[in-house]
Amino acid sequence: MQVSMTVNGEEFTREIEGRLLLVHFLRDHLGLTGTHWGCDTSNCGTCVVWLDGEPVKSCTVLAAMAGGHEVRTVEGLEQGGQLDPIQQGFMACHGLQCGFCTPGMLMTTRALLDRDPNPSESDIREAISGQICRCTGYATIVRSVQWAAAEQAGTRTSVVTGSPS
Amino acid sequence: MTALVDPPVTEFEDNDQKPMGHGRMLRKEDPRFIRGRGHYVDDLQLKGMLHLAILRSPMAHGRIVSVDISAASAHPKVKLVVTGAMLAEQGLAWMPTLSNDVQAVLATDKVRFQGQEVAFVVAEDRYSARDALELIDVEYEQLEAVVDVRKALDPSAPIIRDDLDGKADNHCFDWQTGDEAATEAVFASADVVVSQDIVYPRVHPAPMETCGAVADYDGIEGKLTLYSTTQAPHAHRTLYAIVAGLPEHKIRIVAGDIGGGFGNKVPIYPGYVCAIVGSLLTGKPVKWVEDRSENLISTGFARDYIMRGEIAATKEGKILAIRTNVLADHGAFNGTAAPVKYPAGFFGVFTGSYDIQAAFCKMTAVYTNKAPGGVAYACSFRITEAVYLVERIVACLADELNMDPVELRIKNFIQPEQFPYTTKTGWVYDSGDYEPTMREAMRIAGYDELRREQAEKRERGELMGIGVAFFTEAVGAGPRKDMDILGLGMADGCELRIHPTGKAVVRVSCMSQGQGHETTFAQIIAEEIGIPPADIQVVNGDTDQTPFGLGTYGSRSTPVSGAAAALVARKVRDKAQIIASGMLEVSVVDLEWDKGSFRVKGDPTKSVTIQEIAMRAHGAGDLPQGVEGGLEAQICYNPENLTYPHGAYICVVDIDPGTAQVKVRRFIAVDDCGTRINPMIIEGQVHGGLTDGVGMALMEMIAFDEDGNCLGGSLMDYLIPTALEVPDWETGFTVTPSPHHPIGAKGVGESATVGSPPAVVNAVIDALKPFGVRHADMPLTPSRVWDAMNGNAKPPI
Repeated sequence: MQVSMTVNGEEFTREIEGRLLLVHFLRDHLGLTGTHWGCDTSNCGTCVVWLDGEPVKSCTVLAAMAGGHEVRTVEGLEQGGQLDPIQQGFMACHGLQCGFCTPGMLMTTRALLDRDPNPSESDIREAISGQICRCTGYATIVRSVQWAAAEQAGTRTSVVTGSPS
Repeated sequence: MTALVDPPVTEFEDNDQKPMGHGRMLRKEDPRFIRGRGHYVDDLQLKGMLHLAILRSPMAHGRIVSVDISAASAHPKVKLVVTGAMLAEQGLAWMPTLSNDVQAVLATDKVRFQGQEVAFVVAEDRYSARDALELIDVEYEQLEAVVDVRKALDPSAPIIRDDLDGKADNHCFDWQTGDEAATEAVFASADVVVSQDIVYPRVHPAPMETCGAVADYDGIEGKLTLYSTTQAPHAHRTLYAIVAGLPEHKIRIVAGDIGGGFGNKVPIYPGYVCAIVGSLLTGKPVKWVEDRSENLISTGFARDYIMRGEIAATKEGKILAIRTNVLADHGAFNGTAAPVKYPAGFFGVFTGSYDIQAAFCKMTAVYTNKAPGGVAYACSFRITEAVYLVERIVACLADELNMDPVELRIKNFIQPEQFPYTTKTGWVYDSGDYEPTMREAMRIAGYDELRREQAEKRERGELMGIGVAFFTEAVGAGPRKDMDILGLGMADGCELRIHPTGKAVVRVSCMSQGQGHETTFAQIIAEEIGIPPADIQVVNGDTDQTPFGLGTYGSRSTPVSGAAAALVARKVRDKAQIIASGMLEVSVVDLEWDKGSFRVKGDPTKSVTIQEIAMRAHGAGDLPQGVEGGLEAQICYNPENLTYPHGAYICVVDIDPGTAQVKVRRFIAVDDCGTRINPMIIEGQVHGGLTDGVGMALMEMIAFDEDGNCLGGSLMDYLIPTALEVPDWETGFTVTPSPHHPIGAKGVGESATVGSPPAVVNAVIDALKPFGVRHADMPLTPSRVWDAMNGNAKPPI
């Protein structure tokens, strides 16, 4: 079957099998390998992309279901050579180590900040609770999102990365 | 020697000011990761690449009666189907494990665990390969499975390893350490003896990226390139040369970016070998990437120790001796990754951080019908099990003596003046100063206030627990006189080249799985030679480009490769000094190093920078007599001893008396990993390990049913902590440099995974004190805590 969708603002049309998962369509057919495949069961969230602005787990969405819709992936976060504040936040606060969960975390938390520009720590933890990171222990991810929120609001002055002690 | 330093309170702006060496610095690898531009193995798309999928055993134990591949072979998109019998014809059906056992690449005679590799398919695309697996018809004769490790040595137990000549039982190995008679004598006369059965259940590292490989055999060059998820590229290259009979100079291993390892990516798995065979037979690149279920059911598990711990003490709380008996489940093949002379890894450090009179351990390891592995999940070669044992049994002793667990520990710590300290099991702890580390953790926690709060809450019937753990690790394997893996000594090479313009490339043998080596190693070199980290490229993971070394696991990168990096930089600096003496026309001894330049003693106006020296080394004009051109060096570092990081952890939990749900409210971790290279990265390593520890203590377990079916085969069944199950970590540190490491660093990658499980469990047991609970095994899920509260605490296996 033929499927057409907009990915990061660009129109793509491809001949695919009906059973093809969106994650494999993005990775294998479009070469957008920033979106990762981690568990098949919607538990790990390494595959999170946006479908019409909403984060979805692309390992449990058929590529055909995205036909006619707009998809945004981690490759679409940087605009005009300018990193998104959430990308800057993850770098600034050591919100990543191996980088495998990072694209999914970035897409989920970018959506969170669009919905709520000033989330509390528990809001952030709740937002990423459908995703797993084995490296960071999450605290630095929380700080990364807080950093990005402050950066966007123009209130980032002296956010501390060190231990709270 | 220990310095208590306030944690650096650094603003983000400061992070952008790249230090010239050690210090908080943002990571060089992050710009690609936050753009989704990492280079993981599954991202590779080579021209003409085919896809491989593996058919796995549906049962734990069975005889293969027949394998019919005709329908699969007829699938229009299938290029190749291979069975164990076909591999056997090439002598490739079995491969050596890292513990001198053998493991089936594809089963020929029997399947010995659920998920074992039986056949593979190579097809044009990922989905067709999977489709064709359904077309392979395997007839099995199901056999009784050995699942209960306690019954593995029963005379009536079915024999798993009948592939081994004359094997008539499921015995894997016996091992012991310490002095049995001396220990017994101490126990016989001690005031107080406490015994406790303690199970450390089977868990799995489950890195977010599963294992995979792309094999690309070039038939004209006769060269195999294997892109694979390996924590030990050089060791793998040598083993492939031995297994597949390929000449080693015609094998190139490329590890790329690895999406987490934690020990899971140390062994050679059948899938890698299958990919190589697939490429050899088709002449095309072949990709194999396992799915999550395959990763959980077939690759390196961790722990699975059934332990009995005994501790002898005076009634005043002086610990006299520790004794343990261990039954170890090694699965169907002994795939333990540990130095050859250490079949139980470094479990011998079970005497912990305490100055005692005697110790003894006796271990029996057995085969069962479960996946092979044993040393994985950031365990520092079984130190997780050792530390869990000693810290639980010390907690039991504190309970018995009605002593505060901190007071008991401090009373028994090895004292700073006793280092280097030889334990009763023969380990030489290089350095340590334990009490300041413990007191720093108490300060951050507000320990006395927590105890007051707990007393008040107990009055009200609320369940609050405070758990304490103190660990000493032995990392950085290791001295080649004692340590090798399959005959390969555990020394690490490092090569440093300074280009004419003063920019540098350092090639290391270890392999990052997310630890940030590109940053840390640039900082180590920068500290030694004064070239900014931004001007230093770190190369790792490609065996054609890096010197030989044994890879990254057991927290060995900084202790071994980090030492190599510092020493190779000093070697280059020594040469630079000679060249500088010619440039400044003074004697070498009249020069002093000022981080980045040599200057004439007493005349600071006369100096040359390392960049100027580099240009001279490669440029025109004479060099001092006997000095070759160029500015580069290579070394191989053989560690004199292991390094011994330590740490004090305090965990605070609240338990809902109605649901028995454990909530980790606070976790305080004070680590002493010696000299700190990048505090941000160290903190990240600690945070990750603490999360592992909470997971193992409260959630994670690979369980089996009575037939040997794995019950933890997906992330719906094998529970890993999310952001909701863990608190905001509170960290601190002390610094006790290693006396034998060139920069005093000790390694920190696994400290928190080692130290946190006993802290969490001790906290839960402390909370359950009103119920008279002295011990309950991990994982402390609500149902298991509920059972403990009701006097029904049971081992998980």
